[in-house]
Amino acid sequence: MSLSLGHFLSVSAILFALSVIGIFLNRKNLIVLLMAIELMLLAVNMNFVAFSHYLGDMHGQVFVFFILTVAAAESAIGLAILVLLFRNKSSISVEELNTLKG
Amino acid sequence: MDYQTGFFYLFAAVLLFSAYRVITSSNPVHAVLYLMLSFSQAAALWLILKAEFLGLTLVLVYLGAVMVLFLFVVMMLDIKLDGDFWGFWQNFPLAAAVGAVVAAEIIAVLWVGFPNITAQAVAATGAEVSNTKALGRLLYTEYLYPIEVAAAILLVAMVAAIALTLRHRKDSKAINPGDQVRVRAADRLVVLSVAATQKAAEAAATQEEVKA
Repeated sequence: MSLSLGHFLSVSAILFALSVIGIFLNRKNLIVLLMAIELMLLAVNMNFVAFSHYLGDMHGQVFVFFILTVAAAESAIGLAILVLLFRNKSSISVEELNTLKG
Repeated sequence: MDYQTGFFYLFAAVLLFSAYRVITSSNPVHAVLYLMLSFSQAAALWLILKAEFLGLTLVLVYLGAVMVLFLFVVMMLDIKLDGDFWGFWQNFPLAAAVGAVVAAEIIAVLWVGFPNITAQAVAATGAEVSNTKALGRLLYTEYLYPIEVAAAILLVAMVAAIALTLRHRKDSKAINPGDQVRVRAADRLVVLSVAATQKAAEAAATQEEVKA
């Protein structure tokens, strides 16, 4: 049984579901939230690469390139906001971030 | 079952296990290290898919730069570890069930939609050119403006990250050299004309005003 497109799509679907679970269940640590977002982007990228390979179309890999760019920018700004948050509240627990609550 | 399939299962198993450990480990440093492991396994999977340039980029950019940034932040913040991880394992079975349903549905839809596209379509990708060359050719011709926009996004992100975390210290005694060079004698020394002596009557009057 050789590898087919479904194998890679299954791996990325399981990865995506895992990171969604991580985002919903995490109440303590904002950094793990950012890491789960990175994992979701990785799952999406793996879909793009798999389709690009099996359909013989290079444009999918170009898209992965752009997604990597945006993900790097997102994690840099996210970590900067995290540092700022820790400086002001001296905590990064998700449960304590309720000052916007009416 | 050939070599590729075996390696695929190996990499996929390690990838999913490390992703699971990322979301369940209570120590953030362990989570970052497991995230690095999962990214390296994903890079290996992309190598199986013959996307060599992107696999190497993932290793260089993500393992080399972004994950080190994460580690820096985790170690700088000095997060208190409370081991009880309250409410996580209590809700975990329900979340795992929901996640399994989500994953199963996605897999079912995709497996039916793209049944058995196997590797013979690959031959049409133009195997005479290397992956990096084909990608670069596409990036610098057809995607020239998008790649400049991506460069601008990276620049904006850099400026934003610096501007967010920049902090001026209030107790700093630093001086501006330009102001120091441009200063004149008249700015520093002011000569006031003060009377050398006072008449006795005026002095007494002022003393009485003070008493009153």
